[in-house]
Amino acid sequence: MTDAIINVQDLCFSYDAPEGEAPIVLDSVTLSIDPGSFVAVLGHNGSGKSTLAKHLNAILLPSGGKVYIQGMDTADESLLLEVRRAVGMVFQNPDNQIVANVVEEDVAFAPENLGVPSAEIRRRVDEALEMVGMSDYATHAPHLLSGGQKQRVAIAGVIAMRPNCIVMDEPTAMLDPMGRQEVLETIKGLNKNYGMTIVLITHHMDEAAQADRLIVMQKGTVVQDGPPKEVFAQVEALKAVGLTVPDTVELCWQLRQTGVDLPLDALTDDECAAALYQLLKKD
Amino acid sequence: MAMRDITLGQYFPGDTPVHRLDPRTKLLFTVLYIVALFMAKGALTYGILLVVLLGSIAVSKIRLKIMLKGLKPIIFIAVITGLLNLFYTPGGEGEAPLLSFWVLTVYPAGIRAAAFMILRIVMLVLCTFLLTYTTSPILITDGLEMLLNPLKKLHLPIHELAMMMSIALRFIPTLIEETDKIMSAQKARGADFETGSLIQKAKALIPLLVPLFISAFRRADELAVAMECRCYHGGEGRTRLKVLRFGLNDYLVLAATLALCVGIGVLGHFGW
Amino acid sequence: MEPILQTEQLNHLYSAGTPFQHSALVDVDFCAYRGEYLGIIGRTGSGKSTLVQHFNGLLKPTSGRVLLEGKDIWSDKALTRAARFQVGLVFQYPEYQLFEETVYKDISFGPKNMGLDTHEVDRRVREAAEFVGLSEDVLEQSPFALSGGQKRRVAIAGVIAMEPSVLILDEPTAGLDPLGVEQVLSNIQAYHKAKNATIIMVSHSMEEMARTADRLVVIHEGKIPFQGPPKEVFAHGVELENMGLGVPQMTRVFSRLRALGADIDPAVYTVAQAKAALLAALGKGAE
Repeated sequence: MTDAIINVQDLCFSYDAPEGEAPIVLDSVTLSIDPGSFVAVLGHNGSGKSTLAKHLNAILLPSGGKVYIQGMDTADESLLLEVRRAVGMVFQNPDNQIVANVVEEDVAFAPENLGVPSAEIRRRVDEALEMVGMSDYATHAPHLLSGGQKQRVAIAGVIAMRPNCIVMDEPTAMLDPMGRQEVLETIKGLNKNYGMTIVLITHHMDEAAQADRLIVMQKGTVVQDGPPKEVFAQVEALKAVGLTVPDTVELCWQLRQTGVDLPLDALTDDECAAALYQLLKKD
Repeated sequence: MAMRDITLGQYFPGDTPVHRLDPRTKLLFTVLYIVALFMAKGALTYGILLVVLLGSIAVSKIRLKIMLKGLKPIIFIAVITGLLNLFYTPGGEGEAPLLSFWVLTVYPAGIRAAAFMILRIVMLVLCTFLLTYTTSPILITDGLEMLLNPLKKLHLPIHELAMMMSIALRFIPTLIEETDKIMSAQKARGADFETGSLIQKAKALIPLLVPLFISAFRRADELAVAMECRCYHGGEGRTRLKVLRFGLNDYLVLAATLALCVGIGVLGHFGW
Repeated sequence: MEPILQTEQLNHLYSAGTPFQHSALVDVDFCAYRGEYLGIIGRTGSGKSTLVQHFNGLLKPTSGRVLLEGKDIWSDKALTRAARFQVGLVFQYPEYQLFEETVYKDISFGPKNMGLDTHEVDRRVREAAEFVGLSEDVLEQSPFALSGGQKRRVAIAGVIAMEPSVLILDEPTAGLDPLGVEQVLSNIQAYHKAKNATIIMVSHSMEEMARTADRLVVIHEGKIPFQGPPKEVFAHGVELENMGLGVPQMTRVFSRLRALGADIDPAVYTVAQAKAALLAALGKGAE
């Protein structure tokens, strides 16, 4: 528990509202996230997943309970910058998180704020752009880039802080399939090649399926938590909270309803095809 | 589509000696050049300033055509000012009017004044274009912030102003695109932005302006959070990716500009 | 089938005469039939948004014609104006154009612009609200107080209230959660059925298209490389991948299944079809 990068204990949150009116957005959420893991958080709108994300770098502070980032209490104001440096945030709309007129200037924004010396900023900017595959666009104007490229610039802008963890709040929701693919590949690369801890908030099942761990939220609580294969196998439970499963699992599930023996953990195209092939061969 | 063609603070990237000058040098040049313009009196001083300007434009490799195209919006102002000067400049001692009809009289002095006035406006605008066309908006903002830095001692929010300016510049294209989109969407619901009386036209703007404001506020909100997440906490202790540094060229240009300004002042004093 | 909306040799040039000139549409011959549910697929920048903005006269062709019920919409002013109302266009993220104090007023904006009387406007607003599943009490609320999914439906109702015979929707489900997606798709289906309206839906989601559209039109670099029923279009899997589009997941699974050696028709694109095909192969089709 002590080596968890993110440690959330009994987190409760509700917005300030008239007496008794305040709806509870988060209700005793407890979870910890290991360094180097790739965690997806799934839930429909209003499930509290974005609110949880905002607690992970002290944009919101708990109404009850505690959030520790590398052992630092997010409610401790003296640690604010340190917490924010450790956990980078990427949001849905890339347009609204790019500050500067030139890509490299934007990536430099966070290290500039941290008072990093110029030569070191230069190194970090080049490195961050390299990590997201945007080096060729260093001197471009952000508004002329595609959605996927903008989002990768936004990710580079966070990487330049050298965080240990990046929390992404629906980073692909506004992108087309190409852009989604680009961003998802970038995220996976950061996790695999650089050991960056990733918390990906999404409502795309296929994205969630690629994580090592999947947390499903509903009405401010965690209702499922485990490897994607296990979680998606709970088809009925997911449907009950207004979520769908990938088409591969849906097909196997529907076939099982007719009495066919199929596993529910065949997530990818290949796994599903293989399972179906076994079934047809047996027949 | 027309909205997208606006050349507001447009920057043409390049790698000429003019582009490479420190933005502070260019800002000071622009200010001193404008001062000199107002001290110019006669053909000689105007001539010198014109040669300096055209020379600088030539070095910057910005095509004169692009420069002149940018002048379009100010033609009206230049012409009106020119006409006022033409008709309202009294003749010199013993000077006969060239032309006189109704309440209007034109003296030779009027023609001179009008020509110089139009020239002054055109040169003033061209000189600022030279600055904005060859300097990225971000560098202009940085340069301004550094030049105005001493004013921070007077507790003026120089850093905040510069940050606001650069963010505004960053969002202009985004908001223009957004305006385009909302206009099309409302037109698809039968909104009419073109016809009707002035009042009707103003009213027709509500379906455009309300969503635009709401969106701008939403963006501002999200941007503020995103900036905080990237550890923004005001100007204190901030470093920069690119530190502005004066080079030999900058010192030379500044010295020459100063000399030009003084020279024009002296020549202008004698009415040349 | 009777054509309702056609383009003939449609070309569109952006920023003509400047160095930024580029053609978004090249000699496009497009046709939508009365009462069909048509899907347009293409990646960002393919020209699909430019094309749909020609359908209601928001953009004027650089050359070529746009025909609504056989008449050139640019041949006279009245026809251009009529096209604006007869062809309803719902833009991407339409909730960002809401501006009125109440949901009711916002939905009535279109019908009012058509010059309809109060009684007719009222009928249309209520009917449109019903199509998108908004209850009476929501009508008097501020649109800005609603959830994202509800706002989206209010915006769609704003176009439905003009009772267009052709309803075009550009990415109507973008950014919604699975529940929101289902709601919007069923709202569109309801309008399609009730009014025998032609639906033209632009979408990135091949799965969504496979499930809803009768016919698909693919746009790539300002041209239409193929069109036809989903079965035919998705048979061009490799070409679609190369255009950055791809095919539905079920089609991918089935072509892998066939590659493994299973004797099965790979022309499958929805879960329902996949299920039926597999049950048939297992000899359980009768169930």
